[in-house]
Amino acid sequence: MNIGDTSQGAATCLAVEGEMTIYRAAELKPVLLDLVLTHAAPALDLARVTEFDSAGAQLVLVARREAVRLGKRLELRGASPAVRDAFALLGLSPEGESA
Amino acid sequence: MSIAIDQVTATFIAESRELLEQMETALLAVARDGQDAVNAIFRAAHTIKGSAGMFGLDPVVEFTHVAESVLDKVRDGDVDVTDELVALLLACRDHIGALVDAVEGGTLDGNGDLAAAGAPLVAALQAYLGGPAPVPASGAGEPETPDAGDGHWHISLRFGRDVLRNGMDPLSFIRYLGQLGTITGIATLADDLPEADAFDPESCYLGFEIGFASGADKATIAGVFDFVREDCQIRILPPENRIAEYLAWLDELPEQRERLGQMLVRCGSVTAHELDLALAAQAVASAPVQPIGEILVGQGAVRAPVVEAALAKQRQAPEARVQQETRSVRVDADKLDRLINLVGELIIAGASANLVARRAQNAELLECTSTLSGLVEEVRDSALQLRMVKIGATFNRFQRVVHDVARELGKDIRLDVSGEDTELDKTVVEKIGDPLTHLVRNAMDHGIEPADVRAARGKPAQGTVALNAYHDSGSIVIEVSDDGGGLKRERILAKAVERGLVEAGRALTDKEIFNLIFEPGFSTAEQVTNLSGRGVGMDVVKRNILALRGSVDIASTEGTGTTVTVRLPLTLAIINGFQVGVGRSVFVIPMEMVEECIEFRELPGCDWVDLRGQPLPFVRLRERFAVAGTAARRQSIVVVRYGGRKAGLVVDSLLGEFQTVIKPLGKVFAGARFLSGSSILGSGEVALILDMAALLAGVETESQAAAA
Repeated sequence: MNIGDTSQGAATCLAVEGEMTIYRAAELKPVLLDLVLTHAAPALDLARVTEFDSAGAQLVLVARREAVRLGKRLELRGASPAVRDAFALLGLSPEGESA
Repeated sequence: MSIAIDQVTATFIAESRELLEQMETALLAVARDGQDAVNAIFRAAHTIKGSAGMFGLDPVVEFTHVAESVLDKVRDGDVDVTDELVALLLACRDHIGALVDAVEGGTLDGNGDLAAAGAPLVAALQAYLGGPAPVPASGAGEPETPDAGDGHWHISLRFGRDVLRNGMDPLSFIRYLGQLGTITGIATLADDLPEADAFDPESCYLGFEIGFASGADKATIAGVFDFVREDCQIRILPPENRIAEYLAWLDELPEQRERLGQMLVRCGSVTAHELDLALAAQAVASAPVQPIGEILVGQGAVRAPVVEAALAKQRQAPEARVQQETRSVRVDADKLDRLINLVGELIIAGASANLVARRAQNAELLECTSTLSGLVEEVRDSALQLRMVKIGATFNRFQRVVHDVARELGKDIRLDVSGEDTELDKTVVEKIGDPLTHLVRNAMDHGIEPADVRAARGKPAQGTVALNAYHDSGSIVIEVSDDGGGLKRERILAKAVERGLVEAGRALTDKEIFNLIFEPGFSTAEQVTNLSGRGVGMDVVKRNILALRGSVDIASTEGTGTTVTVRLPLTLAIINGFQVGVGRSVFVIPMEMVEECIEFRELPGCDWVDLRGQPLPFVRLRERFAVAGTAARRQSIVVVRYGGRKAGLVVDSLLGEFQTVIKPLGKVFAGARFLSGSSILGSGEVALILDMAALLAGVETESQAAAA
């Protein structure tokens, strides 16, 4: 259940570990939005997310849309099986724009 | 098995029984209502099958499935609705009922008797399906649903905001859906996601459009979403007519039409070509924007009624359901009975508090107790109201009885029902079923003449049996009438003389003669049929009705028909009573029957008094109940009315109106005439409730005997 920042040049990558579910949604929202707001090339690493539900998907969608609004692009660096599975189920692409 | 599961099963059982009742009503109305009734029958069977499937009740699913397949053919017009088919489907309905009973009794699994009972029905149903009976699925093999096949469904979901907070994850529903079939395509709608600032991470903003290939039926698919049905918008579009319905639905949401259209294509629910055609046609038609549905209709691609009907159905079904669910609560009858018992105790306790207050002559306390008893009275009324049910449901059951009996007798008989909205206590309703059934069967068997006799008498070939109900002075009156041959006065009299019930040569009124048929062992049927005429019957009916503190009367005109009037108290629990004193005893007269009270002025040698120019027969309660002591100096007459008769009761004192909790009389008093129950007074003493029917019947015969 860690949120770690690693800066690699201009891109700042936020790594979420553990659950990304309704139980942590309130905690994660400001972190994710802050990432999108303050960095020029925000990136998200979800490789170590163990649980991922609709609330988690909503967070990613909102952050991604917010990035687009600011003229940026939120890059998704890694996705754990839980995340991939949920994205596939929802018909969302982990990479590009989605509906 | 856990309690939760038991409760769910209980709901299934209750719902199935309701559906079976609807099915029966629809089956009996099929000749009149046509397609609507067929649809209702199909829906009922379909829903039962679906719910049974969710509980894994395979015998129910297998049997219902065959019936449903036949109904499907009926719906499509491939099979005509004949009398034979209706009779067969009624038998199937009964069998499903038996299966549901077995579920309740926990004897469904491996029940050979039921399976054997179902087999001939299945065989008969298969005849309509035009194929040989298939080898019954023996454990292996998926239960098939040919009506859907591996159809392409389209499911549109809009989850409610609170779904996540309520601990449910839309993802798990979609995952579960995946187990019922294949999700061919899915589009997630995030349009409702607000701006970052307004976004509440714990609310759900998602919607889904899902293409779904499955052989499951609609009820099963809808069942997936049972837990979230209340706060979500769910639309499940079946494979047939999918495009028409979908396009029509798009028209309802014009602002999102194009986007949704694209999603449809993505889900594979509509091909791009189909959508392009419709949209292109729409463009050609130009402004004002013509709904796509209309264009398709215009092109002859879809029939207008299909679209409308589909839409209307989709719209109504969930709404009506939600409304009903929120407006009524299922309560265990036992809990209700307990409440009413407690209210009864409350009334008794209140009465004794009142008594103490009066004795103490404390004005404040008196005021309090009077407010209290006012409230208790209201509580009593609303508590009793809870147990009031309309008699319509009971009446409607007779449609089936009439249908079956008419077939058995080979007569053409119709049942007319009126006054269905009349309410009465549930406990009375439960006990009145058997006597009424007997009366209705009797009317059909003995009352209605065979067709040739009817024709000769210039009556319509179809006989009519009518049930009517209404309220009258604190009672409910139920009439069972027929337009048959009527009672034959002479024959009844001859038989009564033969049986020694009446002395030969004694003058009797029509009414007295007709009422002889309620005597034990009396039957005038010339031929004994399967139904009645065995000499048990009318006397049992009368006994049952008397046991409910009711009365039964019969009127008949030879050649034109018979009417049996059953009069029952509205409730068996608590009444408003008028207390009167005779010596040291207290008697209670049901308030609704009291007309007025007058001073008693005795005319020597007269058993009637002059009530504003009308003779009023009276009964001295002192004599009738052999109360010791001399009469009070100033006696009063309570004028009571019951079933159109008026009489006076001579009493020592008038005590006034009190709420009366009816307690049954002990076994010791079972033989006591003129009493219908007892009640406990505030002082702890016992008051006896008078049985008006018995008291007044005595008055009438005596005064007539005196006149004769």
